[in-house]
Amino acid sequence: MYSDIFSILPEIILAIGAMLLLMIGVFKKDGESSVVGILSLGLIIITGMFVYMQPSEPQVAFNDSFTIDAFARFLKILVLLGSFVVIYMSNEYIQEARLRYFEFPILILLATVGMMLMISASDMMGLYLGLELQSLSLYVLASFHRRSIKSSEAGLKYFVLGALSSGMLLYGISLVYGMTGSTHYSVIATVLKAGDVNIGLIIGLVFIMAAMAFKISAAPFHMWTPDVYEGAPTPVTAFFAGAPKVAAMALLMRLIFEAFPHITNHWRQILVFMSLVSMVLGAFAAIGQTNIKRLVAYSSIANMGAILVGLVAGTQFGISSVLIYLTIYLITTLGLFACILAMKREGEMVEDISQLAGLSKNNLLMASLMGIFFLSLAGIPPFAGFWAKFYVFSAVIDTARGDAAGVAHPGLYWFAAIGIVSTVVGAFYYLRMVKIMFFDEAVIDTLDPMHGKLQFIAVLAGIFTIFFIFFPDPLISSAQIAAASFFR
Amino acid sequence: MNPDLFIFQYLLSAIIFAPVIGALILLLLVRGDDENAQNSARSVALWTTVFTFLISLSLLYFFDNATAEFQFVEKRNWMSGLLSYHLGVDGISVMFVILTTFLMPISILASWSSIRVRVKEYMVAFLLLETFMVGVFCALDSVLFYVFFEGSLIPMFLIIGIWGGKNRVYASYKFFLYTLLGSVLMLLAIMAMYWETGTTDIPTMLKYSFPASMQPWLWFAFFASFSVKMPMWPVHTWLPDAHVEAPTAGSVILAAVLLKMGGYGFLRFSIPMFPLATADFAWIIYYLSVIAIIYTSLVALVQEDMKKLIAYSSVAHMGYVTLGMFSLNVEGVEGGIFQMLSHGIVSGALFLAVGVVYDRMHTREIKAYGGLVERMPVFAFVFMLFTMANVGLPGTSGFVGEFLVLLGIFKVNSWIALLATTGVVLSAGYALYLYRRVVFGKIEKPALQTITDMNMREIVTIGPLVILTILFGVYPSLMLDIMDVSVKNLVQNYHSALEAAGMTHMGTVK
Repeated sequence: MYSDIFSILPEIILAIGAMLLLMIGVFKKDGESSVVGILSLGLIIITGMFVYMQPSEPQVAFNDSFTIDAFARFLKILVLLGSFVVIYMSNEYIQEARLRYFEFPILILLATVGMMLMISASDMMGLYLGLELQSLSLYVLASFHRRSIKSSEAGLKYFVLGALSSGMLLYGISLVYGMTGSTHYSVIATVLKAGDVNIGLIIGLVFIMAAMAFKISAAPFHMWTPDVYEGAPTPVTAFFAGAPKVAAMALLMRLIFEAFPHITNHWRQILVFMSLVSMVLGAFAAIGQTNIKRLVAYSSIANMGAILVGLVAGTQFGISSVLIYLTIYLITTLGLFACILAMKREGEMVEDISQLAGLSKNNLLMASLMGIFFLSLAGIPPFAGFWAKFYVFSAVIDTARGDAAGVAHPGLYWFAAIGIVSTVVGAFYYLRMVKIMFFDEAVIDTLDPMHGKLQFIAVLAGIFTIFFIFFPDPLISSAQIAAASFFR
Repeated sequence: MNPDLFIFQYLLSAIIFAPVIGALILLLLVRGDDENAQNSARSVALWTTVFTFLISLSLLYFFDNATAEFQFVEKRNWMSGLLSYHLGVDGISVMFVILTTFLMPISILASWSSIRVRVKEYMVAFLLLETFMVGVFCALDSVLFYVFFEGSLIPMFLIIGIWGGKNRVYASYKFFLYTLLGSVLMLLAIMAMYWETGTTDIPTMLKYSFPASMQPWLWFAFFASFSVKMPMWPVHTWLPDAHVEAPTAGSVILAAVLLKMGGYGFLRFSIPMFPLATADFAWIIYYLSVIAIIYTSLVALVQEDMKKLIAYSSVAHMGYVTLGMFSLNVEGVEGGIFQMLSHGIVSGALFLAVGVVYDRMHTREIKAYGGLVERMPVFAFVFMLFTMANVGLPGTSGFVGEFLVLLGIFKVNSWIALLATTGVVLSAGYALYLYRRVVFGKIEKPALQTITDMNMREIVTIGPLVILTILFGVYPSLMLDIMDVSVKNLVQNYHSALEAAGMTHMGTVK
């Protein structure tokens, strides 16, 4: 019991801390949110330190339903990083949009608790609880801008569709439970190893996968993404684009590698389909977008498709490539959103892409950073995004040549070829952003100068994106250690 | 040379990254966009490129002609040991490095007064471009090669898109996306080769014999990339657009160096690594090259834009290069390389010459000119020389390359040689026709009455190219000696690989 508590200590600290902050917020009469904001930053740092101090040797707690290992540690730190940066960046926005509700950072903290539970869950019930804690916080965050119709619409849409996907998830879980007799990943894996795969289990798997696709906004369950990204307040969109994606991807990875490692060929088909459709759809649908948040939404759909390429590989190299991709994607996206949050004209946020015209003349730094982030997302070397794509596609080519059992999958060559060609289509709209900022003449007067905090975040992310090529080893080796958790 | 000398282990890195340091100085130290800042940006860029050129000359001085091994090798682990940061040059690549570093100061000088907006950014883009270009020719790790190869798209995209002509956006997109589409397939091939050989190291892969079943796929993946870059017919259409819209110096670098990356790639990857596939598919290259030579020469004949005409003539000349390289005998391959280097000098100079009159009249329409010889004798001489070199007149560098290529391809197939030779006639047609329309005749256009001859800066810019064109025309051994051993080694390895598989190249016996 004592060791169980110890395993889940970071989550406990974060949850109790969040509730304390709620109290502080309520009892501070003036509704001042910045104190709560600063305290939540501190809380995240403390939690992060506790996560970092956890042993990398795998440990299970609460009757096998909660696992801590190097994989969990890696992803929890990523998620905490995503939450930290969003809270740090959003303070000004919250003040200026007259949204001074102290609940904002607290909701992010609670969502973070949910995400950390998702990452460590090794039991279907734990998975569901973590996912719901995260999702409910996110629904509220999406509609945080109460007076805005768009924001409320986004929240409602997200809630309805999210509830639908939760229902599918539960149905899938119940089928899997019915066919295998357990909700524990390890027990499910043992049952499946005995070769007992029947149609009910496959249907359950498909339902679970569909729900997962919804959470990571992979096609064909992506429809909510553009609307929610556009409608939600921009800091919330920044949050949506980063940490929850990382957590859901982690959840999916642990699920398929711990519960279903013996039916790889079944889930691989589903993942190939989801990945391919996401990459192609994300690339083509983004071309016509005029709102920058919608554009980023489609870009994130395409990127999720690319991340799934690493999962399709299903090897240790594949997992480490996914972790590398997630890290690079998260940092690039945070940097990009720091720039998007700085898109203001006379204090008003602007979201139309054409407003960026001629930005390079007035604010070369911001234009260059945005350009670098877009080119990185497009996967153009030498930026970090190229290495993300390089690793996932290498992984799948390896599997195409022969998987762990030595069976070749020639079809995966075509999968890789179509996927990588779709990145060329994607490059078209990323280049359009560069074109607007660098080639076009400014139509109206300039954007406001970038706020110091946002500039700080954007510059840090930019430094990472540019210089990753010179100092890749820390990230790559820790991703490799984390990926080894599943292959012992 | 003494290979243990400490400095040689860092020489190539120094050449590659010296321009980056110049770019950083520009970004961090040069502020504002007034006349002073612009001038200091120009001089920083000029001195950086001159310095880079000077250190690259030491490559030439210490280069050992007698070996086909890679020299000035530098190797370090990279990406946690998955890849390596591996540099080195052999007789094939060293000349391209020098060509690049040599043309950079010339390009900077050529942009001296024609670029008036955002000078600092322009110079930064050029310096970064130099880093990527030199890197392509030095890289001995295929992923490193890819990074440099693709990275060069970004600065060129910006150069065309920001400082280009009216239709620049279209041209810059086309340039970027065409090349990217070809290249991503090459990237997949590199990954497949990694899992096959367990390394991305080029020298190791050169010694590895890839299974015959894999070679065609890999060959076509690389072909997709290099044929676009070269460019070969029918994927050449990005080139005329890019040339027409790019600023003068951009055109110079595009024609002189960026196109050569494709040819260099064929020599570094396709031919030595996939000899069996090369033997199988050489006929594709021959047909496409012959079509390129004849068809694009005819297209060049009817162009009304000077830059477009030269761009089409570049495609035709690249047809000779591919013919020569894939004839796979020493004459042909050396001819192909020589043609690339000579074309780098000559087409660069032609674009500079067009830039000279464009800066004065702000039009590239051939019709807008005529009779320039009366007011611009120096220009008329320079333009004449390079027109002749473009045609391939004996005594200029253009002749040597074409002649060797035709010799080489004649050994393989005399019909193809016959068709290719018609290109020489056609090139005389379009080049002389252009020259007559622009330079000869009476000055009739009122706007031309006051046109001035080339100034000192322009003469200094173009002068070295004049000297080199004649020098290599009368004394080609200067270049051929350097590449000779490496080329012989390449050809020999190719034929012994075929022999081992019981094949011959296009039925010819070596």
